[in-house]
Amino acid sequence: MNLVTNNKWIGQRTIRPDGMDKVTGRAQFAADTTMPGMIWGKVLRSPHPHARIRSIDTSKAEKLPGVKAVVTSKDIVDFPIEKGAVMLGIQDMRWMCRNVMARDKALFPGHPVAAVAATTEAIAEEACKLIEVDYEVLPWSIEIDDALKPDAPILHEFNKFDGKPSNIVGRLEHKKGDIEQGFKQADIVIERTFTTRPVHQGYIEPHACLISVAPDGKTTIWSSSQGQFMVRAMTAYLTGIPQSDIRAIPAEIGGGFGGKTIVYLEPLATLLAKKSGRPVKMVMTREEVMRATGPTSGSKSTVKVGATKDGRIVAAHGTFYLQAGAFPGSPIRGAAGCSFTPYDIPNLLSEGYDVCSNRSKVAAYRAPGAPIGAYAVECVLDEVAEALKMDPLDFRLKNAAREGTKAAHGPVFPRIGYVETVEAAKSSPHYAAPLGDGNGKLRGRGTASGFWFNAGGESSAQVNITEDGNVVVTTGHPDIGGSRAGIANICAELLGIDYRRVSVIIGDTQTVGFSNLTGGSRVLFASSMVVTQSTEKIIQTLRERAAKIWEIDPEAVKWENGAAHPASPNAGQFEPLTLEELAEKAPAMGGPIGAGVQLNTQGADGGFGTHVCDVEVDVDLGIARVIRYTAVQDVGRAIHPGYVEGQLQGGVAQGIGWALNEEYIYTKEGKVDNPGFLDYRMPVCSDLPMIDCIMVEIPNPKHPQGVKGVGEVPLVPVMAAVANAIYDALGKRFYALPMSPPKVVEMLEAPTRQAAE
Amino acid sequence: MAKVHVTTSINGEPMEFLCEPSDTMLDALRGPLALTGSKEGCASGDCGACSITIDDRLVCSCLMLAVESEGHEIRTIEGLAQGEKLHPLQQKFLEMAALQCGICTSGMLVASDALLRKNPDPTEEEVRFWLAGNLCRCTGYDKIVRAVMETAQELQNQEMRAH
Amino acid sequence: MTELRYLAPDTLDEAVGAFAKAGSAARILAGGTDLLVQMRSGVLKPGVIVDIKRIPELTAIEQTADGGFRIGAAVSGMALAEHETFGKVWPGVLEAVNLIGSKQVQGRASAGGNLCNGSPAGDSVPAMVAAGAIVTVQGPNGRREMKVEDVPAGPGRTNLKPGEILVSFTLPPRPPGSSDAYLRMIPRTEMDIAVVGCGVSLTMKDGTVTAARVGLGAVAPTVLLVEDAAKALIGSKLDDAALAKAASACSAACRPIDDKRGTIAYRIKVAGVLLKRTAAIAAQRATQKN
Ligand SMILES: Cc1cc2nc3c(=O)[nH]c(=O)nc-3n(C[C@H](O)[C@H](O)[C@H](O)COP(=O)(O)OP(=O)(O)OC[C@H]3O[C@@H](n4cnc5c(N)ncnc54)[C@H](O)[C@@H]3O)c2cc1C
Ligand code: FES
Ligand code: FES
Repeated sequence: MNLVTNNKWIGQRTIRPDGMDKVTGRAQFAADTTMPGMIWGKVLRSPHPHARIRSIDTSKAEKLPGVKAVVTSKDIVDFPIEKGAVMLGIQDMRWMCRNVMARDKALFPGHPVAAVAATTEAIAEEACKLIEVDYEVLPWSIEIDDALKPDAPILHEFNKFDGKPSNIVGRLEHKKGDIEQGFKQADIVIERTFTTRPVHQGYIEPHACLISVAPDGKTTIWSSSQGQFMVRAMTAYLTGIPQSDIRAIPAEIGGGFGGKTIVYLEPLATLLAKKSGRPVKMVMTREEVMRATGPTSGSKSTVKVGATKDGRIVAAHGTFYLQAGAFPGSPIRGAAGCSFTPYDIPNLLSEGYDVCSNRSKVAAYRAPGAPIGAYAVECVLDEVAEALKMDPLDFRLKNAAREGTKAAHGPVFPRIGYVETVEAAKSSPHYAAPLGDGNGKLRGRGTASGFWFNAGGESSAQVNITEDGNVVVTTGHPDIGGSRAGIANICAELLGIDYRRVSVIIGDTQTVGFSNLTGGSRVLFASSMVVTQSTEKIIQTLRERAAKIWEIDPEAVKWENGAAHPASPNAGQFEPLTLEELAEKAPAMGGPIGAGVQLNTQGADGGFGTHVCDVEVDVDLGIARVIRYTAVQDVGRAIHPGYVEGQLQGGVAQGIGWALNEEYIYTKEGKVDNPGFLDYRMPVCSDLPMIDCIMVEIPNPKHPQGVKGVGEVPLVPVMAAVANAIYDALGKRFYALPMSPPKVVEMLEAPTRQAAE
Repeated sequence: MAKVHVTTSINGEPMEFLCEPSDTMLDALRGPLALTGSKEGCASGDCGACSITIDDRLVCSCLMLAVESEGHEIRTIEGLAQGEKLHPLQQKFLEMAALQCGICTSGMLVASDALLRKNPDPTEEEVRFWLAGNLCRCTGYDKIVRAVMETAQELQNQEMRAH
Repeated sequence: MTELRYLAPDTLDEAVGAFAKAGSAARILAGGTDLLVQMRSGVLKPGVIVDIKRIPELTAIEQTADGGFRIGAAVSGMALAEHETFGKVWPGVLEAVNLIGSKQVQGRASAGGNLCNGSPAGDSVPAMVAAGAIVTVQGPNGRREMKVEDVPAGPGRTNLKPGEILVSFTLPPRPPGSSDAYLRMIPRTEMDIAVVGCGVSLTMKDGTVTAARVGLGAVAPTVLLVEDAAKALIGSKLDDAALAKAASACSAACRPIDDKRGTIAYRIKVAGVLLKRTAAIAAQRATQKN
């Protein structure tokens, strides 16, 4: 692999291949597809947070005119708990089969209990109401503290922790040195406990699919997901249809942020389609999305940090309890594994606990778990720095992980860019600028850093030269944020042609090789590796063909500016042969030109970011607003800077929402009380300032273009940066999110009240 | 169920369709009219992905009955470009990477166009408040706001040159 | 499944007739920004919808002979904003109407719908109450007039009689030195329902308040006219003591609930804060105009 230099297209803000369709309304998202004879599927959902299902009677629904099929858990392939885990990536099919349709118990309000297909949506909805479910309502718990009480209702009776039935369904720890010894060396020790609320990924496109099952069992799925291969595999597992019979076609995806890395509707629609013999379309309402799809965990974290007077962190201990929802699998790995990673801490213990409770099963959300952990750690570090009277960025620099530092989760770091992000933040115009006058409102500035693992994994690509000498690249990863644009830049760069001659598409499961999820910030990292290797193979073929025509050695041919040239005057005098010319001659020269590569990619380096945030607080109303924000990140190499910045800006916006207003609110009955955008309160355009980005480029040496994942890091530091800024403004620290107006006012009034009492 | 016959104009062309009286304009656009450029993110007026104009007035098509379009002029994202020629906003969104997943893009463009028709030289604050009804979860709005302002600037410059 | 009939009469008499005839299954459709949301969520399943937007009187904005304004109940916020003089005379009412939802929602939403929807958090209502607006309603038994503050009966309920349609709001002529303002507290900058809303209308002479009305929203089952707050302002120069007294009167008038949008303690505090801020804006506008 040769590192490309003197780039013409890499690093350029080219126009993305799918852009035209998206600005003209032509792009086909999951809900935009129809088929002749199509009918509609709807899901009946549990109204109870926790209930044993004694029986389900679907006979009345089946008799309603227009109803074509009804399915319940009886129709879904069972993965018995006692038989042990059946893993697909990080998902255990034992939980997935119970999550898509409740079996013996309904575990959260919104848990599917049956599904109906009918000729119209209205009839399907009506039929759902005719299904009689006999529930034995059980006690429930949602909050972590409640789920951990000795007498808490247990969701999964088979699960034991410390020998007793428990809602703690998993634990992991990372350890380095000896914290007891470490804390003894500390001159200052600060320990704090933090809570965060569950928040939703908030993608604007609800889950949707259209599925046809032909009489011979051949199944076609159009759906919006972060992985058509995941959709195929999970649907195969849960319906019993072999993967070779399922063609999963990736529709354009209207946002996912991790939330579309599992299936909800596809197995149900497949079974409905199979039973009814008709194509079935299912589209979730926004309310269903909020009630029944994975938000991320609420959490309770305790972080203790010890440092010496001269500013060295000598020991740290983090304990992170994360809500998994109805089934095991909260992102404790991200919380426990990432939070301390930017720092070189000799004695460290980082523990994660996975806690089940009666709310929807969590799904991945942008650097799963890491923002939760970083919020706690980075707030404590801010306090330690203050206690030591050190600039918070200097304090971080002093303790920064560098090349050679051993991270608690295992790796010894290669050349990493963390220090550079802190230095760039320190020397940014933002950090140097005075806070300015808030006109009666209080202003403050905060900083925080963050780390995310990033991932490699399986990717496949096929690169073909068309008969007229242009290029079609097919990859296997749904493109959520502009990855096709990056691929086009890279392929055009390697071939030395205009990027507009490269068409990049996402293949379906039966036309491109296996490619793992769009997740873990892996897509451009992994797919550019396979595309690079495919393109290099093509270039080799092109050189061989030119050599044949010129009757010289292929080694004496070089590929430059979209054409074969003699490598040196010694090779002979020949007019260059362009890609078009070679394509035209292809039939006579050995046939079509194309190459495919499939790899389990390795060498994804972790990513680091450091953020600076200014807030302004209206103390009478308790409203905090972010008025200036700078995100610094080591991005490896920005193949398409526009879409790299876009990742940074989008992640920051989500973090600001998480910090200030977003949260799941529950009723006394245990139901989500704000299952819509109006009361869930994601940031709107007027809530945010411009978000400045500083891209530090420390190329990943193990990647042909130096790429590092960039999509997830930007969410990690945000809540801590905002919280530290609010502290700076108010002189009071928050230990809970969101920092919404009633809570800010309550906190500001607390001491006066105490004094009065 | 008795369907209702509606005669209207969509993107400048006379159009007739049948719908249920309870169908929203968004249902009609995405269903019988097969104009799926308008998206449904919430069906409750909160996300703006379904933005259209009726008689040049910006509205959420999910908050309007299809039958209400009788005798009015509807415009959707599909009518923003003039044939092959993109609207300057569309071009700018492409050039400035003002979209990521693209699900909000139709609504953003229709709303931004309505803004520039009313206020050809908006401030950043005006753009942000005008677009407050269009949720975007991907971009953090930065590039969208910049694209709208830059388009406005370009259109203003062209205007000045024309005079 | 119940069938729905959609009617779009051209005259008020037809509308009243159809509405009265259809009984409790019927709903009036103005902008539809509440009605359609309620229908979609399944809260409401009307049998008949009477669209009033084709009736000229309901979509007209007129200056009355005495210098006041009459606004049709179905006039959208955008249309009101485009009126040449209305916003100059009643900037507070206009800003309240235009805080409703997004630009998209404002393209449809009406002050009539905001009032008849019966939400205690409706933004235009406290401003209309402060303005002293009178509404005209027409029903099977003819026309009558009501004070705006008498229309809401409780969350989701009004004191309109069966078959009655809200026709228009009449705002009185403004003496010199008058203006108004509306502020609300929401967690975000837009697209939220008011946690507290406050409308203040003032008339000032030589820096002294000679007339005042205060409307308060989202702090009780219906929007409140807070007479004690007005009394505290009248005769004052809006000095700190008077403002503090008026703010306390607002806080005292609150009978709020704890809900997903705010707590009791928070709402009570904010009512006072908003009164002070809103009164200051209204006063500044009132004195500027002289
Ligand atoms: C996204 C979104 C954001 C919103 N934000 C706000 C906000 O910030 N502040 C706020 O106050 N509201 C808000 N609302 C609610 C709504 O927009 C307002 O209440 C609006 O004023 C309703 O007016 P409309 O004309 O659309 O009413 P409609 O929906 O047409 O009617 C509302 C109710 O009043 C009845 N009605 C309407 N007109 C009459 C009449 N003339 N006579 C008798 N009955 C009548 C209808 O039958 C219905 O029951 C929001 C709504 C949405 C969807
Ligand atoms: S779908 Fe209409 S506003 Fe969201
Ligand atoms: S680009 Fe995805 S929501 Fe805006």
